[in-house]
Amino acid sequence: MLEIKDLHVSVGEREILKGLTLSVKAGEVAAIMGPNGTGKSTLSYVISGREGYEATQGEVRLNGENILDLDPAERAAKGIFLAFQYPVEIPGVATMTFLKAAMNAQRRARGEEELATPDFMKRVKDASAQLGVSQEMLRRPLNAGFSGGEKKRMEILQMALLQPRLAILDETDSGLDIDALRVVADGVNALRAPERAFVVITHYQRLLEYIRPDTVHVMAQGRIMRSGGPELALELEERGYQDYIAQEAA
Amino acid sequence: MIKLASEAEATLSSFYEEMRDKGAQRLRAAAWAAFSELGLPNRRVESWHYTDLKTAMSRPAPLATASHGALSLPRAHDSLRLVTLDGVFRPDLSDIARLPGGVAIQSLRGALAEGKLHVMSALASADIGAQDSMLALNAALMQDGVVIQIASGARIDRAIELATFTSAEAAQSTYTRALVMLGEGAQATLIETLGALTAAPAQDNSALLLRLAPNARVDLVTHVSGGVDQSIRIASLLAHLDAGATINSFALTEGDGLNRRQIFVRLDGEKASAVFNGATLGRGRLHADTTLVVDHAKPNGESREVFRNILDDQSVGVFQGKVIVRPGAQKTDGAMQSKALLLSEQATMNNKPELEIFADDVQCGHGATCGRLDKDQLFYLGARGLPRREAEALLIEGFANEAMEALEDDQLKAFLGERVSAWLSRRINR
Repeated sequence: MLEIKDLHVSVGEREILKGLTLSVKAGEVAAIMGPNGTGKSTLSYVISGREGYEATQGEVRLNGENILDLDPAERAAKGIFLAFQYPVEIPGVATMTFLKAAMNAQRRARGEEELATPDFMKRVKDASAQLGVSQEMLRRPLNAGFSGGEKKRMEILQMALLQPRLAILDETDSGLDIDALRVVADGVNALRAPERAFVVITHYQRLLEYIRPDTVHVMAQGRIMRSGGPELALELEERGYQDYIAQEAA
Repeated sequence: MIKLASEAEATLSSFYEEMRDKGAQRLRAAAWAAFSELGLPNRRVESWHYTDLKTAMSRPAPLATASHGALSLPRAHDSLRLVTLDGVFRPDLSDIARLPGGVAIQSLRGALAEGKLHVMSALASADIGAQDSMLALNAALMQDGVVIQIASGARIDRAIELATFTSAEAAQSTYTRALVMLGEGAQATLIETLGALTAAPAQDNSALLLRLAPNARVDLVTHVSGGVDQSIRIASLLAHLDAGATINSFALTEGDGLNRRQIFVRLDGEKASAVFNGATLGRGRLHADTTLVVDHAKPNGESREVFRNILDDQSVGVFQGKVIVRPGAQKTDGAMQSKALLLSEQATMNNKPELEIFADDVQCGHGATCGRLDKDQLFYLGARGLPRREAEALLIEGFANEAMEALEDDQLKAFLGERVSAWLSRRINR
């Protein structure tokens, strides 16, 4: 599903990704782990098309198609979803208005019919009940004044409604207490499907106790340094990232 | 004594000669004397620094002569409408027969001819806005308009719309004045519609005077639209609030030309409450100036101002807000906020909030910002599938909505929402 080859990305003058290669299959949950400042968020931004993150070399393909020339909305319509580490507050825009605009924009881009209001309302109601998103939250402006946990639940709600093919979760566990973490992980697990892939970016192994990965990739110094199965996460938990940082210095 | 200098001021003097014996001679004479003293405001007049009226009005257009055709006028609201067209109140185009009990209306001309003391003194409104020459000019040259009295305790459910249109084919000037007096505890919703039906460069100077007796309440929505680049529209709002009175207002300014909306409010009784919110949708060369003076004269008053300027192309926004707290107006609670969103490199915003506080136990604050669309917000919406222009539209709409939150009338809210959407869809589709 996702093929990244020898990807080099610069932000301004600074090169952050330095030849990153990664492959994620449909149905797979891939965990990306690594120390802070190693380019994990940069990877999530470059896949979703953020302005200012320039790929100077290499390629990113989604189901065989090069996506680097597409704008964020076009990528979203092709099924890429980024759950933000810091979801953005948008005062003045009602959450429901936003959800409907997003769902219908993607449907239009794919040549599908827009959702009728009753159908839309039912989908939101069902998904929000599962994630413990209250009606009161849905009436407020998007993310405005939400707690950290509420924002993350809102991200997963959007993911459930938009049904992406490739979901990138950027430090979704940051700022969550254990109960909120469980709710969010349950939401993610409910969406696991043979046709859908997840890239779960995290600093700690904790999240992976709730979202069990199929593959684990260690990222350091702008590259994937090592790939393995779930056991790799446990090894990292024990030994930390020292081996990978040291490797670079040597 | 009279020191009229420019050619423009000489033309205005001939207008005054034409109007001076059309009722309220003394009121007009005093206003003309005030105008003559002050002259057309140039940029050295502090309150007009950002709007160069003297240059714009170098050629005053001839005074409007009434049009009498049976026009079909656009109707945007399910309201009781009172129409002033080309400077003349038009009962034949107004919903006079449908006005409910408790509402008495007459034309300004009629009121001036009758000369009742309390109406004349309310029309003179000598205590606020006295330093503004364009308001004085409005009083000196007032042609017509409407005077409405709402009985004590009356609650008028249907909105009363004061619609002022111009329909001339060539440039013309209008000077109109409306007065609405609410008795004790009376309540009404007013819609002030200021528009042009043709593409002629009109020069309109209108004033709306509100007198709220104790515990009266007015909900007011002003909609300014139409015009061409050379149009000039000065719209003044004067409000006197007695004890416990409330005004909750919102103004939407769009269209073209030079627009100046000036608001002079005096909280004359204790526990009065005033909300003056507004939004400007600027495109082309629109110049939209909102200048506001809120004067807290008595204790325990509350005032709120939330303004949003959305400026595209070469449009110019001005917000000058002054909150005055008089000695003894203790426990005043005032908050003023003006934010501007610049959508093009050529758009300009001038923000000037001011506080003049002469009491020591008050809570007053102001904030003014000016910026562009937020890149993080745009990326967030893009990542959810909203194409760039749609994402921008959603953010702009949200920005405008913040100024509308205090509106309580759902129909008016919907109307304003539609105006914003229409403006945005023109932006998306060009």
